Amino acid sequence: MTPFFVYVFLGLGIPTIALVNLAFRTHAGKLTTKNIHLVTHGVFLTGFENSIRLALISSIIPGILGVFLAYAVHTSRSNIGRRLIATASGVLANFGGINLAFIFIAALGAQGLLTVWLNAIHVNPYSHGFSIYTYYGVATVYLYFQLPLMMLVITPALAGLRPAWREAASNMGASSWRYWRHVGVPVLMPSVLGGMLLLFGSAFAAYATAAALTGGIIALTPIQIGNFLNGNVIAGQENVGYALGLGMLVVLAITMILYGMVRRRASKWLQ
Amino acid sequence: MKETSTTGPRSDATAAGARVELDRLVRTFGSVRALDGFTLTIEPGEFVALLGPSGCGKTTALRVLAGFEQPDEGRVVVDGQDLADVSAQKRDMGMVFQSYSLFPNMNVTNNVTFGLRMRHQKKGPSRAKAGELLELVGLSDQASKYPHQLSGGQQQRVALARALAIEPRVLLLDEPLSALDAKVRGELRDQIRSLQQRLAITTVFVTHDQEEALSMADRVCVMSKGNIEQTATPAVLYARPTTAFVAQFVGISSRVPVETSGNEVTIFGQTCPIRTGEADPGAGPRDALLRPEDFGIEVDPDGKGFVTHKSFLGATTRLVVQVGEISVRVDVRSDQGADIELGTHVRPRVIARDVLVAPRMAIAAAVVDG
Amino acid sequence: MLLAGAYFLLPLYAGLKFALQNDAGHFSFFAVKAIPSAQGFSAAFTLSMKLALVTVVLAMLLMVPTTIYVHLRLPRVRRIVEFITILPIVIPPIILIEGVLGSYPGWIKSSPYLLSFLYVVLAMPFVYRSLDAGLGAIDLKTLVEASRSLGGSWAQTLRRVILPNLRPALLSAMVLTLALVLGEYTMASLDLWETVPVWIVNFQQSDGHITVAASMIGLIGTWVLLTLIVSLDRSQSRRSRRKAGTT
Repeated sequence: MTPFFVYVFLGLGIPTIALVNLAFRTHAGKLTTKNIHLVTHGVFLTGFENSIRLALISSIIPGILGVFLAYAVHTSRSNIGRRLIATASGVLANFGGINLAFIFIAALGAQGLLTVWLNAIHVNPYSHGFSIYTYYGVATVYLYFQLPLMMLVITPALAGLRPAWREAASNMGASSWRYWRHVGVPVLMPSVLGGMLLLFGSAFAAYATAAALTGGIIALTPIQIGNFLNGNVIAGQENVGYALGLGMLVVLAITMILYGMVRRRASKWLQ
Repeated sequence: MKETSTTGPRSDATAAGARVELDRLVRTFGSVRALDGFTLTIEPGEFVALLGPSGCGKTTALRVLAGFEQPDEGRVVVDGQDLADVSAQKRDMGMVFQSYSLFPNMNVTNNVTFGLRMRHQKKGPSRAKAGELLELVGLSDQASKYPHQLSGGQQQRVALARALAIEPRVLLLDEPLSALDAKVRGELRDQIRSLQQRLAITTVFVTHDQEEALSMADRVCVMSKGNIEQTATPAVLYARPTTAFVAQFVGISSRVPVETSGNEVTIFGQTCPIRTGEADPGAGPRDALLRPEDFGIEVDPDGKGFVTHKSFLGATTRLVVQVGEISVRVDVRSDQGADIELGTHVRPRVIARDVLVAPRMAIAAAVVDG
Repeated sequence: MLLAGAYFLLPLYAGLKFALQNDAGHFSFFAVKAIPSAQGFSAAFTLSMKLALVTVVLAMLLMVPTTIYVHLRLPRVRRIVEFITILPIVIPPIILIEGVLGSYPGWIKSSPYLLSFLYVVLAMPFVYRSLDAGLGAIDLKTLVEASRSLGGSWAQTLRRVILPNLRPALLSAMVLTLALVLGEYTMASLDLWETVPVWIVNFQQSDGHITVAASMIGLIGTWVLLTLIVSLDRSQSRRSRRKAGTT
């Protein structure tokens, strides 16, 4: 047992402690709150706002779509279809990173296949300001692996909706709509919220895809941290990167605490 | 379960029971005929148990009555109204499911008032009604608890209150006690029965446990393979089974190959009349079906039987007596049984006034119990 | 549902098409064939493979005994361990590598196997969950007690009883770790090691077709690996159903 805890301490504990510590120090090593101050203003604040907004878009939209899609799959009659989609979601949810970025460039980049097709029917997304290499382009790509992730999370919850509840409600005189309103949606809500929180954390912390797509010129917190690590620092701001990291830790910690609370409620009801 | 005293007679008139007619119901699932011409009439206020092994169609019959399944043929008529076009939602029947049917996101009171809320009843009266019913089932102090905080027995009592809250014409219970442990089962059994009698609601109760069926119901309908074997009061069902299936499913029977001559059979050298008015076993070799209490025993060193097993059951002692290749179960009073040891030679006698006969089965299957 | 299917299939189709084209726009395997000889690829491939091997071995050495221990001896520790497996979500790769680069001594940072060490941390939640499920399905406690009562030592019990019964879960965990290492970009790029994903990004300046071809191979490879896991999972659930059926 001890080797495990030692390993975790070395591999997770030390880097985290170091990060928090360095966030409060100048390059020379003195204690300071200057980094924190810098991080909560100006371009870094914008970075946080952008990141949070991106994460919200990438969690709410796929979240809602994911629930409906999962429900459609859950109630569909074809067994093969269901199994296929189950495997597919498992795989697609793990498609992230750079491979996905390049595939999307091939599809929706300036010379991408879909772009060309859309041009052929006189729809030019690029003339309307869309570009795969920008903020909303990144969001589109995130959707690709966030949606299956949501489906993976919500499908067990859907399966946990006992048919007896549906029948009991019907027996008591409730129509389908009223069943969902009084029983179905309330019971599913903790799991849906939990899924969205998971999605939020995943999108907020993502680095590889955005880096590959934008080359590091987009104002997102992980990218800004990447820039720091690559040496793009202004003198006097050497440790700002660590403060950025600390900020991310705070956001993610809050997300996971909320997730824990929501999960407890879900497991109580769906036992 | 604590005794609850209700405060005086119930002021509101509860729904008088409805008359239920299930007419030649057929329901097929793929190649399986779950219901094969099922026909049963239930009088208002009657408590009928559908009893049978799994797969016999009893749950299907209940679900067809509730409206969760549509019959392929046949009609469901309640108080003269054919329910063919009436959805489950509008049938006005209260159903108690086997387990976990309480809505997890609502507390006990809100679960019980759910049906009333669906009928747009105002909050005040519906809460009052819920309060009454919770008192009736002895759970007034759990009114604000959530289902996951209750035990299995408590949950089923809430489910019962919820089903009764809407004053249904028919009460349906789908093996409500099967998931509970033995002691709770016994208590709940009595409670359900006394509640039903007080409210005089027509009740259909599905179970595979014959003890439940026999102790609770006014009439028991024994089913097998989608069909009714026999419908009768518990006493008649037990004492005078009309088919071999019923004889062996309800209570314990021993099967003895016999010789037939005319209206009589010979068992262990003794002649007994054949029970009249029962299903004709046809020509060919016969078996007689006898209950443990149909036999008497005399200790006899020349007797053809000897005791191979002995179980003390309290007031009676059950012996297994081997006669040739046949084993029969015999109950004797325990004071007599005390003197009988394993290996004792005995002479069994039939003391029933008549016996049920059925087509003969192979010897291996002849040693039978319920 | 069909609409969603289209959404998911289109980019893959686009990628496939681009990967199988040459500069003139005609169908061709040139991009795929060019990968092995592309500049820097074989070095990157070798590095990725070495890292993957070390990571998988390390992860198994660490997690198998740990998970067994938690199952057998310390149910209380289970909650701590499960909490720890949530931590990598709160401390994602970008943060982890930042902390590491800011704290570890230089001599460690100069070895690529630092990445393996850290990849084990990244893989830990998946590996734990897989092994945990596998151990749960075989009723570990009873098997171990049976073996010990018949005189088996710990080593023998591990080798002859536990591991053979754990095969699907072990394979599943190993494949997951492998997929993780071969696809990891964030930490490798910021630690300045050119693994295959890093190579792909660096190479995009030279030839788009080859890049996309490599990415498609990466995706297809991931698909194959993960489908493998699903079928392993299914064989495992068949075991546990068999076990439940015999009681």
